[in-house]
Amino acid sequence: MTDQLKKILLGEQGLVVIFLVAFALVSALVPNFLTDRNMLGLLQSVVTVGIVACTMMFCLAARDFDLSVGSIVAFAGMVAVMASNATGSILLGLLAAIACGAFVGFINGVVIAKFRINALITTLATMQIVRGLALIASDGRAVGINSPDFYQLALSKLLGIPTPIWVLALLFGVFGFVLNRTVFGKNTLAIGGNPEASRLAGVNVDRTRIWIFTLQGVVCGIAGILLASRITSGQPNAAVGLELSVISACVLGGVSLAGGRATMSGVIVGVLIMGIAENAMNLLNIPAFYQYIVRGVILLLAVLLDNLRSSALGRR
Amino acid sequence: MSFLEFSHITKTYPGVKALSDVSFGVDKGAVHGLMGENGAGKSTLIKILSGDQHADEGEIRIDGKVQAYASTRDAFDNGVIVIHQELQLVPELTIAENLSLGRFPASAGIIAGRRMLDDVGAKLKSAGIDIDMRRKVKTLSIGERQMVEIAKAIMLDARVIALDEPTSSLSSRESEILFALIDRLRGEGKVIIYVSHRLDEVFRLCDSLTVLRDGKLAAHHVSLKGVTRDQVVAEMVGREISDIWGFRPRQAGEVRLKVDSVSGAKLRAPASFESKAGEIVGFFGLIGAGRSELMRLVFGADSRSSGTIKVDGKMVRATDPHDAIRAGIVLCSEDRKHDGIIQGRSIEENINISSRRHHARFGVLNRASEIATAETFIKKLKVRTPSRRQDIINLSGGNQQKVILGRWLSEQGVRVLIVDEPTRGIDVGAKSEIYELLYQLAEDGMAIVVVSSELPEVMGICDRILVMCGGRISAELVRDQFAEKAILAAALPDTKTPDAIAS
Repeated sequence: MTDQLKKILLGEQGLVVIFLVAFALVSALVPNFLTDRNMLGLLQSVVTVGIVACTMMFCLAARDFDLSVGSIVAFAGMVAVMASNATGSILLGLLAAIACGAFVGFINGVVIAKFRINALITTLATMQIVRGLALIASDGRAVGINSPDFYQLALSKLLGIPTPIWVLALLFGVFGFVLNRTVFGKNTLAIGGNPEASRLAGVNVDRTRIWIFTLQGVVCGIAGILLASRITSGQPNAAVGLELSVISACVLGGVSLAGGRATMSGVIVGVLIMGIAENAMNLLNIPAFYQYIVRGVILLLAVLLDNLRSSALGRR
Repeated sequence: MSFLEFSHITKTYPGVKALSDVSFGVDKGAVHGLMGENGAGKSTLIKILSGDQHADEGEIRIDGKVQAYASTRDAFDNGVIVIHQELQLVPELTIAENLSLGRFPASAGIIAGRRMLDDVGAKLKSAGIDIDMRRKVKTLSIGERQMVEIAKAIMLDARVIALDEPTSSLSSRESEILFALIDRLRGEGKVIIYVSHRLDEVFRLCDSLTVLRDGKLAAHHVSLKGVTRDQVVAEMVGREISDIWGFRPRQAGEVRLKVDSVSGAKLRAPASFESKAGEIVGFFGLIGAGRSELMRLVFGADSRSSGTIKVDGKMVRATDPHDAIRAGIVLCSEDRKHDGIIQGRSIEENINISSRRHHARFGVLNRASEIATAETFIKKLKVRTPSRRQDIINLSGGNQQKVILGRWLSEQGVRVLIVDEPTRGIDVGAKSEIYELLYQLAEDGMAIVVVSSELPEVMGICDRILVMCGGRISAELVRDQFAEKAILAAALPDTKTPDAIAS
């Protein structure tokens, strides 16, 4: 009995099982949890983390790290709002935001891959630089959105479900496919597994890493736009600490910090577990200060589980 | 009753019976050989001895006492030490520190440096190991690291020392030092389990021998008197192998690879050689002679500072391996673990890593064709595995090597195949398979370059041998001229040789 339980929990799908159990428990125990409205609210709340986690998964899978995501999200949001206001065209604003995100990501990638600077240090630096740019551009103040159509990005619904959730679902699908079914995805995992062997096997390691960071920037741009639309302004202080939530969600989802191991389903579950925990605590009126502790504990438990799983795999 | 007794050891992994009812004993003061093909169960047996794995049935007794180890640390404390192929030293610490690790002579937490050096120095001296203890391990060659590892076992006063393929990365001089050391340990009454694929060494060193085959005891020789090599090989593979090289003469064609005055940071003197279609060229030399360094330059793994490389007359601008691969040059590295396998990923992915771009359209993979490729090469190269989804780390060395060969064979348009130490750590049966494969590829018109530290191997399978010494090509011999003496003479550095290799 215990052996079987162990097998399930430590197996490939262990996390999904834990998630389902947690979901069932929370549904049964927390009032108002399992309602349409709350479910949509929950999903809305994980949109930013979820979107960024898609590409953070690639970053971690390739043994890299990106701390600059929070800053890029805020910066891209600012750019989207300011460019839309200046040009009068929302489309131009959105493109400008995504281009800025891509540019920062590209710079990260080039510095890390070509100049061989540690990813942690590089993105720590760009995190500050980009946050600084966002603050300078707005003089430290929130910038309001002129065109009401911009709000519609976050407010509009398709089949009763808000657009941002559709975007999140779409990105989950796209990046799940990219990870498992494309040369790029497989190369990413190979680089994380053994960078030198991958290079000697003909993988263009530098180019792949630059692409990973550039994609990360693009995705942060998208997240920044949706966030700005939801909070109806460009906030230079938005998404502070986002990088930690995103990395937590990925690790929770079984992405190995040592590289080489990642699944989209795992990351989705990781994102949802974080969302559910927060949502349930809000519904139970647990003060925000305590929520930090709960989040930390969940993360530690997840890593512990991951450790047990790796050693169980290694023993096979 | 022997000092060390294995009794009815059985171990089953999911899908495979790794060991079944293996029993034998080893006396004190004996060097006991343990031989068998890859997957025969040697490693499993050693892992059980070292407490890393637990037997499903059976027990190990030392001095009549049943040993039950919870961990390798536990085995360690009971005087059982296993020296693995993958060495376990801390690169950033000095030799002395590595040897004292866990038992630093210290007062109030401050290491008594002088005393540490004295203690370690005394031990090393008595073991006949001559090396500067203050050097960091990362500056040592693989051979020197191995010696340090063995010195560690001596420091710990081990009762049972198991050596797993100890000479696979040693030069012949280093091997000699090792053998002298083993002799000394035998004299001290230790039990030594010597796992090796090399018959020469086993016959030279061992007092007794156990041969495993498919997890079962194939033979146990209490003494090696009157036992012949052919007999042992037959016991290992279960059939007679008359000639492990199986050399077949071939017709050499046009020049495929032309390397002209190539040099780099680790190979200062420019080197030139060529290799023809259908020809197997061997590179022989001592460890550090510059053979692997030259091959890495040809493959673009390290950057060239001068020289040109042509394949079929066409210039190759190999500044990175992927350029070389597109030009038709591929390399199987010497260090499989570090430069070859992608740990944590499946056999399938390890095979397809390079060639998958051919299965993709706009970067999207064709799964069916990837799976088919993997299955084809698993079958063709006889990779022993329950499934293509198996993590490559779980395969034996020989099977990992086959997967890496499969990686390159699945590439399209390979013209030059360079294999660095093709059979290191690989048993006789798999060796023959790999040689046969090389002959076939040569017959199909590939130019094959084999780098090897085993003289019988290069002499056995090559059409031509280039000898390297001190970073230069010092001799070239065609098959009729092959003679051990001449080759060795060219490989040994004399005093006049300038130091062309960066240290």
